[in-house]
Amino acid sequence: MAKITLEHLRHSYMANPPTEADWALRRLDIDWDDGGAYALLGPSGCGKTTLLNIVSGLLKPTEGRVLFDDLDVTDLPPDQRQIAQVFQFPVIYDTMTVYGNLAFPLRNRNVPEKEVDQRVRQIADMLDLTDRLDSRASGLTADGKQKISLGRGLVRSDVNVIMFDEPLTVIDPHLKWVLRSKLKELHQEVGRTMIYVTHDQTEALTFADRVVVMNLGEVVQIGTPVELFERPEHTFVGHFIGSPGMNVLPCELADGGASIEGHRVTVANASALNEPDGVLEIGIRPEFVSFADQGLPVDVVRVSDAGRYRIVDTRLGAHSIKLLVREGESVPSERAYLRFDPERTRVYCDSRVLT
Amino acid sequence: MKRATWLVPTLYIIFLMLPIYWLLNMSFKTTNEILGTFSLWPQRFTLENYITIFTDPTWYMGYVNSLIYVTINTLLSVSVALPAAYAFSRYRFIGDKHLFFWLLTNRMAPAAVFALPIFQLYSAVGLFDTHLAVALAHTLFNIPLAVWILEGFMSGVPKELDDTAYVDGYSFGHFFVRIFIPTIAAGIGVAAFFCFMFSWVELLLAKTLTAVEAKPIAATMTRTASTSGYELGLLAAAGSLTLVPGAVVVYFVRNYIAKGFALGRV
Amino acid sequence: MSKTVNQKAWFFVLPVLALVAFNAIIPLMTVVNYSLQETFGDNVFFWAGTQWFQDVLGSERFHAALGRQLLFTFTILIIEIPLGVAIALAMPRTGPWVSVCLVLMALPLLIPWNVVGAMWNIFALPDIGLLGHTLNALGWDYNFTRNPGDAWMTVILMDVWHWTSLVVLLAYAGLVSIPDAYYQAAKIDGARPWAIFRYIQLPKMKRVLTIAILLRFMDSFNIYTEPFVLTGGGPGNSTTLLSIDLVKVALGQFDLGPAAAMSLIYFLIILLSSWIFYAVMTRNEEW
Repeated sequence: MAKITLEHLRHSYMANPPTEADWALRRLDIDWDDGGAYALLGPSGCGKTTLLNIVSGLLKPTEGRVLFDDLDVTDLPPDQRQIAQVFQFPVIYDTMTVYGNLAFPLRNRNVPEKEVDQRVRQIADMLDLTDRLDSRASGLTADGKQKISLGRGLVRSDVNVIMFDEPLTVIDPHLKWVLRSKLKELHQEVGRTMIYVTHDQTEALTFADRVVVMNLGEVVQIGTPVELFERPEHTFVGHFIGSPGMNVLPCELADGGASIEGHRVTVANASALNEPDGVLEIGIRPEFVSFADQGLPVDVVRVSDAGRYRIVDTRLGAHSIKLLVREGESVPSERAYLRFDPERTRVYCDSRVLT
Repeated sequence: MKRATWLVPTLYIIFLMLPIYWLLNMSFKTTNEILGTFSLWPQRFTLENYITIFTDPTWYMGYVNSLIYVTINTLLSVSVALPAAYAFSRYRFIGDKHLFFWLLTNRMAPAAVFALPIFQLYSAVGLFDTHLAVALAHTLFNIPLAVWILEGFMSGVPKELDDTAYVDGYSFGHFFVRIFIPTIAAGIGVAAFFCFMFSWVELLLAKTLTAVEAKPIAATMTRTASTSGYELGLLAAAGSLTLVPGAVVVYFVRNYIAKGFALGRV
Repeated sequence: MSKTVNQKAWFFVLPVLALVAFNAIIPLMTVVNYSLQETFGDNVFFWAGTQWFQDVLGSERFHAALGRQLLFTFTILIIEIPLGVAIALAMPRTGPWVSVCLVLMALPLLIPWNVVGAMWNIFALPDIGLLGHTLNALGWDYNFTRNPGDAWMTVILMDVWHWTSLVVLLAYAGLVSIPDAYYQAAKIDGARPWAIFRYIQLPKMKRVLTIAILLRFMDSFNIYTEPFVLTGGGPGNSTTLLSIDLVKVALGQFDLGPAAAMSLIYFLIILLSSWIFYAVMTRNEEW
């Protein structure tokens, strides 16, 4: 187990990247605590897989250092960093049995056979693979194979961190949540640092203690799932997390507060509003918008049913504002007024929250 | 170990180039020089062998004839193989497996077995000494190969593509030509490449079925090929020129060679 | 993929069937015809039953040719398959040199077979050929036109030169299809190069290797032009492989009956062995 530090990391796949946009990873400094469950969340192309491969040693960063427990491992290959990685599609040794697969990393390191047997059976038990130990690995279903991949990482006692690169991609939807819960369970049982890369917010938010949200090669925000949801520091985080995402509306300053299209809105970070220089926007999640007798005048445009609640699309001038209405509550038919929860409404300047 | 592995392909390529280099070397010498002295490069560099070939119809027509029947064969083999491969890929019908296997057995047939009977057959139908004859005879080997290759590529395209097209209202012809064929373009390229290759290099049937009109370059070379000495330079030049079409074709498909050789089945 | 049953599909296969049948069935029928009959010329035929088959199967000459052929095929398979795989393994998987290598390696495959034979003839001649001259200069009394041993060696070397690239290209195609993740996982698992070959590369190459072995087996068993142009089957008949012998009997002596019987036996041998090879190699998986 180790604490992982990424220091002044920058990476480009090109030899001499001419512009800022050619860097897959822009300046990054991150600390990962020992034993934590982390998620790297972001859209495709944001650099999360690049970052993962740099941590595991499959990729050498253009600039910067990687430290495991203050030891510089930047030049070390993966097999010397004591890490394990589970890939997007199951990587197993087809010709071996499940037992053989799990035993492989240990046998390569000349671990005595008795210990190998003990570890393999222990891990197989954790993963519910005990009754398939003697079958050919190629005969298992996709989720079984991913478990084997995971098992090969768990079976080694010297593993610092286990990394997952979108591991549920090929798993059937109804098995995804089973595997997800299993991973969370395993983390609690095994206590090793786990880093989970995904573009699926549900996976990230349910698995991780802390989530690193990335976009375009930069870390946008690091926080617990609750923090990311309730206090997004960047409008990107607001958009990306939550379904539907946060409402972002252009606003202007108005005596001590903010206003949208001339209507005054109370915001939570009003104290930070001293001559901000940039594009001003208000961000508020649909969960914290409600119908009221007075407030922002809007036209109700559409109501969509999402199961236990309904998503209501409203319009204020040229802008769309969404809100959630619980099942059973009534929705005004045309004109209505909206109230923003002041505690949850914030002003963003150039997409960053003002503090 | 990593650093030295490039040595292996390099040595192999040198090995491959040696006889070719020797052939080229000889092609630029006069026959007298070849027989007289042994040298790694021409003492008196000469183009006269090549000039002979380019100016003498009996020689250059050999190349032309070969190219003609190879092209006819490739076009023919691939075009008839396309619908057949489609049928094998998409449908089950009576005798389909047996038919497919029977086709493959023809690829295994020793040409020597067919030499005489095919000669008699084509003479009987009046096709002896025509380009068409060789082109047709070569389909014996090339069509099974083309069907096999195309079927492999086609099976990689999900049937849903076909179904979607029908639902969208396309007629079969329109679907096949406008949608399906572009999808398997790589497969068609590979099949055409292999057909070209096998037809261009095969000589037993080509010689058996031709005399003067459609005589391939191989037959012309055999005339001079008694290597008891005369016309060695000419022979070398003729041989060198036969390398050109192959080199050109390979150069054009160089980006697809790696994947193409998997024949859609890897 | 789930195929639908459709008898009309026969129309799609009709052109193929027609062309191949024309070239295969009619000649084959002719051959069968000849194999069962005897003629003394003037188109007069007598029923000979299995006479020719018995003759051929019992003949010294046939056994000798068959023996030479088996030796030849076995030898080239033993050399070309491992060599081809080794070269494919040593090739870079990405980068600018890849296409250069592949193009150069593919060249021998595209040379007309008689030119291959002629090229090697010139190359191996003891006095004026690069190989022949060099070997003799090094002290080896090398002459493939006179020594059967030298002739064999040259024929085999020529075939290795000619066809190993096919194995290389097929094996290479199989290798590059292995996703990087497998190598990465193996690295993380601490696997050594031999383990990577045995557990990752070799299993993934199984299909293409099967194709390579089958093709080389079939084609080497049927080989005619290259060795014929190189040695003419000689010296004597030391390099007279099956096809060469068959053509000698058929076109040379015009002994139609025995030639036809031999043809059929030849064809059957190749069919049977290919089928066995194929069944053995694909026994554990669906093709």
